[in-house]
Amino acid sequence: MNAMVVSLRRDLLLAARRRSEVLTALFFFVVVVSLFPLGIGPETALLRRIGPGVLWVAALLATLLGLPRLFAADHADGTLEQMALSSQSFALQMAGKVAAHWLLCGLPLVLLAPLLGLQFGLDADALGVLMLSLLIGTPLLSLIGAIGAALTLGVRGGGVLLSLLVLPLFIPALVFGACSVEAQTAGLSVRGHLSALGAMLALAAFFAPWATTAALRIAME
Amino acid sequence: MKPLHAFHFASPATFYPLAGRLQPLFALLALGLAVAGLYVGFFVAPTDAQQGDGYRIIFVHVPASWMSMFIYCVMAFWAAVGLAFNIRLAAMMASALAPTGAMFALLSLLTGALWGKPMWGAWWVWDARLTSELILFFLYLGFMALQAAIDDPRRADKAGAILALVGVVNVPIIYFSVRWWNTLHQGASVSMTKSPSMAQTMLWAMLLMALAFWMYSIAVALARLRNIILERERQTEWVRHAMAWRG
Repeated sequence: MNAMVVSLRRDLLLAARRRSEVLTALFFFVVVVSLFPLGIGPETALLRRIGPGVLWVAALLATLLGLPRLFAADHADGTLEQMALSSQSFALQMAGKVAAHWLLCGLPLVLLAPLLGLQFGLDADALGVLMLSLLIGTPLLSLIGAIGAALTLGVRGGGVLLSLLVLPLFIPALVFGACSVEAQTAGLSVRGHLSALGAMLALAAFFAPWATTAALRIAME
Repeated sequence: MKPLHAFHFASPATFYPLAGRLQPLFALLALGLAVAGLYVGFFVAPTDAQQGDGYRIIFVHVPASWMSMFIYCVMAFWAAVGLAFNIRLAAMMASALAPTGAMFALLSLLTGALWGKPMWGAWWVWDARLTSELILFFLYLGFMALQAAIDDPRRADKAGAILALVGVVNVPIIYFSVRWWNTLHQGASVSMTKSPSMAQTMLWAMLLMALAFWMYSIAVALARLRNIILERERQTEWVRHAMAWRG
């Protein structure tokens, strides 16, 4: 566990020295979400209808934005190889990196989502469910995304390829996340949706770091 | 004569001639089964009471969907074998299967659209099956794009294998999430398989076509595999011999 905490702290410290990168993804999220009313029109009923989906898709894209940088710098300066060679568990260290990615990229989205949800006319209960679904869903996105980032590390056209690999795998999270908010608006129980998201998170938390390290070892061969 | 070892044909050098002998056999089987299946489908199977003759596209559509899903599983299996036992041929098999699987996914989407137009009045309906087929198509494209983007063939094999394994875990999750999404939204929920009782001959035609597609996939995958083997092993002695012998 110690290895995970150390690599988590290291990544947070690095990010604290370069704050602009964190803010870029957040700003991207806000801009994308704000584009939709401009493209579709300001009718409240329509916006309330599409709001959850738009916010979730924007969260997907914003998560994607930070992924190519997840391992690139450490790979370039050899840190990643040192981590793989160290006696500490490589998977735990990478789990720490993914956790840092979520804290920097996912958590701000969760905190900002209610504010943007207000622009779409969502009520307080729906906003609560939106936050909760993003709280469970964004770590899932980071975990799956890390596999894609590891697979495309140092590959030609990595960024575009990454989105092609990862976005289809994001679909279940999107479906359950966006549907939970709609179910809340429709007066249905949201427990099933959130449970499914939680189950996928548990599955990903167990397997994704392992797949990520396997892919990273291949990339470093 | 040496006893045949379990991994005798795991070497590209021994598998290459075997694939060459097997390939025409499977191609012939595919042709025969396709002719039989199409004959039963077009001339023996009765006209549907509601859909008229338009439903006959089912004999291509459904087997193509089956094969696209089946090939993904087979591909993931060979990828896993290649990764676990470090067998080059298994990894080559996985990359040889991917284009065929993608072709069947695309064929299934196209025939689905052609069928949807007269039945639902729209080229595309966000039906659960069609949507998950589309996502499967994306997964195939991702696999092929990843392998194409990596120059070192060994790295491409392994990276593709991990992606295929992640994908095969995700395929059922995606399928059920899309199905749930579809029931929640109550779209145009005309089920394709809700036809009350499928006539026995229709089922036969579908099975024959599925077998034909299966044999076709094997034949094409073997042909592609032979080309991949030649390309990757071109610096070896036996390939030079084989090419010289061929003239």
